[in-house]
Amino acid sequence: MELYDIIFYLFAAITLLSAFIVVTSKNIVHSAFNLLFTFFGVTGIYVLLGADFIAVVQLLVYIGGILILLLFGVMLTNRITSVDIRTGTVHIIPAVIGIGILWGALTAIIAFKTNWIVKPADSMEPTTVGLGNLLLTDYVLVFELLGILLLIALIGAASIARREFEELKD
Amino acid sequence: MEVGLSHFLVVSTALFSLGIYGVVTRKNAVMVLMGIELILNAANINFIAFSRYGNFGLNGQAIALFVIVLAAAEAAIALAIVLNIYKTYNHVNVDEIEDLKE
Repeated sequence: MELYDIIFYLFAAITLLSAFIVVTSKNIVHSAFNLLFTFFGVTGIYVLLGADFIAVVQLLVYIGGILILLLFGVMLTNRITSVDIRTGTVHIIPAVIGIGILWGALTAIIAFKTNWIVKPADSMEPTTVGLGNLLLTDYVLVFELLGILLLIALIGAASIARREFEELKD
Repeated sequence: MEVGLSHFLVVSTALFSLGIYGVVTRKNAVMVLMGIELILNAANINFIAFSRYGNFGLNGQAIALFVIVLAAAEAAIALAIVLNIYKTYNHVNVDEIEDLKE
C-alpha cells in the first residue's frame, strides 16, 4: 500500500466518521464542531485529487465562512445558557431504511457496476493559472453572474434579518 | 487495490447519503442546513474526481468553485430566514412551522 492510499483512507475515515456524528449527534454544538472535521477531511480529499486552489478555497469559505455562519445560527436560535440545546429527530426508522437502500444502490451502480472511462491520472500540477484563465474566458459570464448573485445574497440576507428590528422601533 | 476514481465516488455517495439522512430526520433548521452542506460537498468531490480522472481538463474544478460560491450565498440567506423564523416562533423546528406569513 502506497503512502497516497494510506492518506486517502485516513481522510476518508475522518470525513465519514465526523459526518456521521454531525447527522446523529443530539447536541447541535457537537454537530457544528464535527462539521469542521468533515470539511477538513473533504479538503484533504481535494488535495489528493490535485485540486490545490479548490482546497484552499474550501478551507477559507467553508471553515472560515459557512461554519462560522452556522455557529452564529446555532448561537442565535438556541438559548444555550437556559434551555438544553438538544434537538429532536423525526422518522428515524423509515429514514434509515430509505437511506440505506439509496446508499447501497448508488454505491453498487455508480462505483462498481459502471465502467467509467478513466484517464490515467497525470502528475499533479498547480491549477491556479488554469482556473484563472477559465474563469475569465469560457466562464466569464458565469463569473460575473456569480458576483451579482453574491451582492444580491448579501443585500437580501441583511434586509431579511433586519426587518424585525425595524418593526420593533415603530 | 490502488485508490482510483471509484474510491472517491464511494466516499462521495456515503457523504451524500449521510447528508440526505440529516435533512430528512433532523427537526432543527440549522441541522437541515448542515445536511445540505454535506450534500454540496459530496457533489463537489464528484466534480473534482471526474475533473482528475476524466478528460475534462479543469472544467470540473471551475464548476466546483461555482458550487462553493452558491453554497456560501445559500447559507447566508437561509440563516437570515432561520433568524426570522426564530423571532416569530421562538423555535426553529421545521416540522412545527406551517405558516408562510403571520
